[in-house]
Amino acid sequence: MRNLRFPRLLAYAVAFYAVLQLLAVTGVFNGYIMHIVNQSLIYVILVVSLNLINGISGQFSLGHMGFAAVGAYVSGTLTTIIWKLAPDNPAAIVLFIAAVIVGGAAAALVGVLIGFPSLRLKGDYLAIVTLGFGEIIRTMLNNIDYVGGPRGLLGIPKFSNFTVIFIAAFLTIVVVRNLVQSSHGRAMLSIRENELAAELVGVNSTKYKVLAFAIGAFFAGIAGALLAHLIQIAHPTQYGFMGSVLVLIMVYAGGVGSITGSVIAAFGLTFLSEGLRIVIDSLAAATGLPIGGEWRMVVYALLLIFIMLFRTEGLMGNKELKIMVIEERKA
Amino acid sequence: MKTLLSIQGMSHYFGGLKAVSDFSFDVPEGVIYGLIGPNGSGKTTIFNLVTGIYVPTEGKIFFEGLDITGMKPYKIVHRGAARTFQNLRIFGNLSVLDNIMVARHFKSTSSLVSSVLRLPGFMKEEREIRDEALGLLGVMNLEDQAQEKAKNLPYGKLRRLEIARALATRPKLVLLDEPAAGMNPKEVADLMELIRRVRDEFKVTVFLIEHHMKVVMGICERVKVIDFGTTIAEGLPEDVGRDPKVLEAYLGKRGAKC
Ligand SMILES: Nc1ncnc2c1ncn2[C@@H]1O[C@H](COP(=O)(O)OP(=O)(O)O)[C@@H](O)[C@H]1O
Ligand SMILES: [Mg+2]
Repeated sequence: MRNLRFPRLLAYAVAFYAVLQLLAVTGVFNGYIMHIVNQSLIYVILVVSLNLINGISGQFSLGHMGFAAVGAYVSGTLTTIIWKLAPDNPAAIVLFIAAVIVGGAAAALVGVLIGFPSLRLKGDYLAIVTLGFGEIIRTMLNNIDYVGGPRGLLGIPKFSNFTVIFIAAFLTIVVVRNLVQSSHGRAMLSIRENELAAELVGVNSTKYKVLAFAIGAFFAGIAGALLAHLIQIAHPTQYGFMGSVLVLIMVYAGGVGSITGSVIAAFGLTFLSEGLRIVIDSLAAATGLPIGGEWRMVVYALLLIFIMLFRTEGLMGNKELKIMVIEERKA
Repeated sequence: MKTLLSIQGMSHYFGGLKAVSDFSFDVPEGVIYGLIGPNGSGKTTIFNLVTGIYVPTEGKIFFEGLDITGMKPYKIVHRGAARTFQNLRIFGNLSVLDNIMVARHFKSTSSLVSSVLRLPGFMKEEREIRDEALGLLGVMNLEDQAQEKAKNLPYGKLRRLEIARALATRPKLVLLDEPAAGMNPKEVADLMELIRRVRDEFKVTVFLIEHHMKVVMGICERVKVIDFGTTIAEGLPEDVGRDPKVLEAYLGKRGAKC
């Protein structure tokens, strides 16, 4: 039995990468657009990983950006130290990748730590605890001088680029997809569907909820690390509650449980957000009204209400594009 | 005959309500055992206690001689006791096949890494799980619905799906909570045949709660009748059916509907 669709998924990814790279090199996509592409890819990692927790395992987490913050600050601190010690380190890229993974691992550890006590809670209660967790992380970062306090962690070396971020996003998609379509993934799905019934077909629900949190947090940490090394700063305000809500809106917009939907929503809403920024700025300039970027959140809120009222299942429902479904044929 | 399940002096309270009262019971291996009694007499609560959903206030439960009192539900399943629910609890958004495959989850030995990398060992195991699940669907006459979303199945098939899912855990004991509820006479007759076949083919012990007297009389080899959480009669179905205490519990002031 072979995984027939993986080569095709890989081929699509390579083609997608080549087209974007070509557009960038030829200047059709300027640096600004490529920056938004990079941001979209980082959102892909965040949304797919939150979908593993919220959509696939059915645990309502509102603190995803807290995990991203852990990844950003841990990796950013590490590379800054290394960079200071050896500015032209030939192994810099390797050290960078190691720092990103350490950032992810630290986030995963935090995921396990908050997972164990809080996963006995369900629904709204879990949402409140995770929300509180996100805010605790943000407040802590605001108050730790070593990582810049309210000024943020500055001077992070710029290691992230389109290629690195693209590969990370692709790996996230493949890992989550393969996980979901395995015995472990089915255990997570069964918890979402009916936790008691899951326990009564032998699923250790606590273990799988913690596992979903740990893996989701790991990738969120990776996303945070990549972002920090892209914009060269990690700032507490980036990782607040609104940030987590934004990722959550993307999960719902794409479709709870659908990885395909998460990818589309991450790109769609990141570009929409930038589009709105331009529209709102020019509107403000034309009319002289004091409207600013925060109005984008109003549009997002309306979008969320729209989804809840008219398309509860999101863009994709819990369906996947065919390419995402592992087709197996007996060899 | 060896005793598979043994309940000793079990009581359970919900607040002030004593739902199960000093209940003792031995289920021998290989039989189809019926538990009957009027509505609210504590039958489902007994199942919930045996499967670890509740921990009894008093008393002990032994499975194959091992004390399982207070054990987590999933661990009791691992030991070999699986169940169905009076009010169905299927995994509605998963396919019928996945509903069965989940129940084989805990027998799977593939690690996370092996699953994500889809190593040969994982692929082989996955194929075995799938084939076994398809086989079970065949026995339950559900193979044509394998890829359908479970929640789209008609009621009678959902009941069979739950039985198949319980069997997929490869249990020694299956607890069926009113398997014939909501079925028409034809479906009930088929179900009785199926339960007998399941016992013989899968070599399991069946412990079932039933309202349909026809089912109880038709397939149960032994019957226990309870009321107010305690035993009022026990024995062969024909004898129990004539017991005045049973007739009173069923036909007395609490009405004919049991
Ligand atoms: N979770 C619960 N909380 C409180 N009371 C309960 C609960 N479950 C069952 N009961 C009560 O316990 C008694 C026995 O219920 P149950 O075991 O469901 O009866 P049966 O399955 O025989 O119809 C009933 O009086 C019922 O109302
Ligand atoms: Mg009942």
